[in-house]
Amino acid sequence: MIPAAFQLSARQIAAVKTLLFLACLIPLARLGYGAWNDALGANPLEAVIRNLGDWALNFLLVTLTVTPLRKASGLAWLARLRRMLGLFCFFYACLHVSSYLWLDQFFDWTAIAKDILKRPFITAGFIAFCLLVPLAATSNNAMIRRLGGRRWQSLHRSVYAIAILGVLHYAWMVKLDVTLPLYYAAVAAGLLGLRVWWRVQEKRRQLAGAYLAKPKGRVSPIATRR
Amino acid sequence: MSTRPIAPSEITPRALFDERREFLRVAAGLSLGAVLPPAAAVEKLAPARKSPYSVGESPTPFKDISGYGNYYEFSSDKTGHIGPAQAMKTRPWAVVVEGLVAKPKTFAIEDILRLAPLEERIYRHRCVEGWSMVVPWVGYPLAALLRQVEPLGSAKYVEFVSHADPAVMPNIGRRLLDWPYLEGLRLDEAMHPLTLLVVGLYGEVLPNQNGAPLRLAIPWKYGFKGGKAIVRIRFVERQSETAWMKAAPNEYGFYANVNPTVDHPRWSQARERRIGEFRKRETLMFNGYADQVAHLYAGMDLRKFF
Ligand code: HEM
Repeated sequence: MIPAAFQLSARQIAAVKTLLFLACLIPLARLGYGAWNDALGANPLEAVIRNLGDWALNFLLVTLTVTPLRKASGLAWLARLRRMLGLFCFFYACLHVSSYLWLDQFFDWTAIAKDILKRPFITAGFIAFCLLVPLAATSNNAMIRRLGGRRWQSLHRSVYAIAILGVLHYAWMVKLDVTLPLYYAAVAAGLLGLRVWWRVQEKRRQLAGAYLAKPKGRVSPIATRR
Repeated sequence: MSTRPIAPSEITPRALFDERREFLRVAAGLSLGAVLPPAAAVEKLAPARKSPYSVGESPTPFKDISGYGNYYEFSSDKTGHIGPAQAMKTRPWAVVVEGLVAKPKTFAIEDILRLAPLEERIYRHRCVEGWSMVVPWVGYPLAALLRQVEPLGSAKYVEFVSHADPAVMPNIGRRLLDWPYLEGLRLDEAMHPLTLLVVGLYGEVLPNQNGAPLRLAIPWKYGFKGGKAIVRIRFVERQSETAWMKAAPNEYGFYANVNPTVDHPRWSQARERRIGEFRKRETLMFNGYADQVAHLYAGMDLRKFF
C-alpha cells in the first residue's frame, strides 16, 4: 500500500528532521530579514508581534496534524517529527510573548498585569502560554520515562485546550473582521473533532468486545494511539 | 506585496519635495490671470497657507501616512486597502448638503475646492487601535461649508455619509459594517474651528487611500470619526447611530474623544505607538487639544459618553 520509498531508514529520518528543523526557522529568518531591511511596513513592531503570534498558532495546528497524517498514511516515522514541531510552537510563542513584554509594554509590569486581568484576549493568550510551558518542559525522553506514558499522555492532552485558547485569543483580538480567525477555528475544530471521533470509535470497539489486545512492554507515548 | 504605483513624494526627498512645492507656488503666482486647463485642477491644489492650529511635531513620512491605515470599504487589513483604492474615480464628485437647513445644496467638488482658502494643518492623528501619526492635512474648516446652507435652529447634529460603491469597494458586499459608512458630530463640534474638511495631504491632492476627494479630520477624536470620501452631509435633530456604534455599541461611542483614562474594552488607551517611533508615548487628553475643546464637554461624564 505505502510505496517503499516512503518507509525511511534511521539515517533518512535524521536527514528529514534536519531539513524540517531548518524549514521551521524560515519564518524567523524572514522576519529578521524584513526588520533588517526596514521592510515590515509603517508599524514594524506590531508586525513582529503579530507575525510571531501567527507562527506560534501555525506550529500548534501543524503539530496537531501529525497524528492524523500518520494514521491516514501509515507512516510511523511521521510521529518522530511531532516533538520538534511542538517545540517550535513553544519557541515562537516564547518570542511572541517576549516581543509583547518588550516592544508592546516595555516591561511595565503593572500595565502587563492589568492587561492580563482586564483584557479577555490577553487572558486567553496568557493561559495558553502557561499551559504550553509544562508541555515543553516534559518533552524529552527522560521526562516521559519519569512521568510514565499514561501520565505524560494525559498531561499533554492540554494541547487541545491550548488550541482552543489560541484561536480565541486571535478572534477576540480582532476589531471587526474575524474571517482569518474563523479559518483557524475551522482547522482547529476539524483536528479536535477527529480526536473526539477516534475516542467514540474506540469506546464502541470496547463495548462491542472487540477490544484489541494491549501491546506488551513499554510503549513510547509518541507511538501510542491518540 | 502590493503593486501600487509609487507616489512621487515617496521617492522624492522631503527637502526637494518642499522646494518643488515652493516653485509651484511661485509659478502659480506668476501665472495670475492665466486660465488653467481643467485637468490641472484635479492634479494640483491651490497653495495652502500655514495655520496657527498646526502642532510643532515633525510630520510622519508621506509613505507611512499613505501606506498604513484603515479603510474598511476596501479592506480590513491596514495595508490591503491601498491597491483597490486606486481604482476609485474621484471625478466627477458631488456632495449633497441637506436636512434641517434653509438652503440645501449640492456642491460639485470643484466648487468645494474654491469655497475657502486652503490651509495646511499639521494635526496629531490618533487611531482607536493605539497608533498615531502627525499628518500635514490640507483643507479648511468644515464650518465654512456648513454655513453656506444656513442650518436651522432645530439642527443639533450633523451626519456624514461616505461613498459606497460595490463595483470598486470589495467589502461593500460583505456585512462587516452597515454601509454606507455613517459618522456624526454634534453641531458645535462640527462648527469648531479645528474640525477640518480635508482635500489634500503634504500639499498635494489627497491620495485615494486617505479618503479622496474629501474627508474629515477631527483631531481630538479617534480617527474613525473622520469619514472618508464624503458624499452627503445631513443636518438632523437627533444623535445618529454611527457605523461603528451599530457594529459594537459597547466598544465605540458617539463621541469617541481621545481619552487616555477611558480604555477600549479590549485594549488600553493610556499609550500609543507613534508610527516611526520605537517607544510608546503617553496619550494626551483630547489628543493634546484639551485647551481648544475641553469646554465642549464640561459637566459630561466622559466614561458614559465615550
Ligand atoms: C502571555 C501570553 C500572550 C500574550 C501577552 C500575547 C499577546 C498578543 C498581542 C498583544 C497580540 C496582538 C498584537 C496587536 O494588537 O497588534 C497578539 C496576537 C496574536 N497572538 Fe498572542 N499573546 C500571548 C500568547 C499567545 C499564544 C500562546 C499564541 C499561540 C498559540 C498566540 C497567538 C497569537 C496570534 C495568532 C495573534 C494574532 C496575530 C495576527 O493578528 O496576525 N499568542 N498576542
